[in-house]
Amino acid sequence: MSGSTAHGAAAHRDYAGAKIGMWLFLFTEIVLFGGLFILYSAYRTKYPHEFHTAGQELNYVIGVINTVVLLTSSLSMALSITAVQKGQQRLATWLVGLTVILGALFLVNKYVEWSAKIHHGLYPNGPELLKLPPGEGLFLGLYFTMTGLHGLHVVAGMIVLSIMLVLLAKQRIRQDDYVKLENAGLYWHLVDVIWIFLLPLFYLAA
Amino acid sequence: MNQEHGHVVPYATFVKVWGVLLALTMLLTFTSKRFHEALSVWAMLCITPLKAGLVFYYFMHLKFEAPLLKGMVFVALATLVVFIGMLFFDISFR
Repeated sequence: MSGSTAHGAAAHRDYAGAKIGMWLFLFTEIVLFGGLFILYSAYRTKYPHEFHTAGQELNYVIGVINTVVLLTSSLSMALSITAVQKGQQRLATWLVGLTVILGALFLVNKYVEWSAKIHHGLYPNGPELLKLPPGEGLFLGLYFTMTGLHGLHVVAGMIVLSIMLVLLAKQRIRQDDYVKLENAGLYWHLVDVIWIFLLPLFYLAA
Repeated sequence: MNQEHGHVVPYATFVKVWGVLLALTMLLTFTSKRFHEALSVWAMLCITPLKAGLVFYYFMHLKFEAPLLKGMVFVALATLVVFIGMLFFDISFR
């Protein structure tokens, strides 16, 4: 490639740069959640029994089901990249669509779980939560903060993947140009990794 | 260059990794519900990073990335681990 004309410059793409840029962004996400994990660790060390008792408020079956849902969505996301690389555009579109549907299923489970808690007065500054000993209130406060922030990331991921569906339909993502889909996938997988840590810290804490 | 440089991972590889991730999730859940707390904490400390590592290595294609990117990820994660270590060092000697 000469790169001497405006057209040549426009056609140039920096594959490695795009990926490094995405990873740099992911590092900020890792540090964001990492800070919260450090906060959780500090309070768990201070209130081990209260964290154990408050953990019984959470239904671990829902946590495990949501883990299976997110791991499966990560699989469909990873498979969609291979499909695009092999030129199987239609299959890739279906797989990204499945990923978005699984993300929605995760949020439905979360909605059911949170609704039950809120119904019982267990929400930040809620009447029942304020009656709990400090350590148990902290556990549930961290639970709502961390799973809530994670839930927002799932919503953001679903929006990004929906945009990828449009780009796939318009052939803007195709066999010879798919770094956007790869980067969207990296984001989705990181959201999955964060949930992998949230499962034992909250749902299996009891 | 108009051609992307990504490594094509076979479908079967991803499905196998997914199977291992599900199995590890079941093992983690079983251990935390059936065994003494000390054992379940150790299971959590071993199985959870292993699961995250599998997602990073295979699903996030880290296995096929250049040493520069691998090194960047290592430094970022190592920094976080050092800070978590410093936290427990601080708590232990209070």
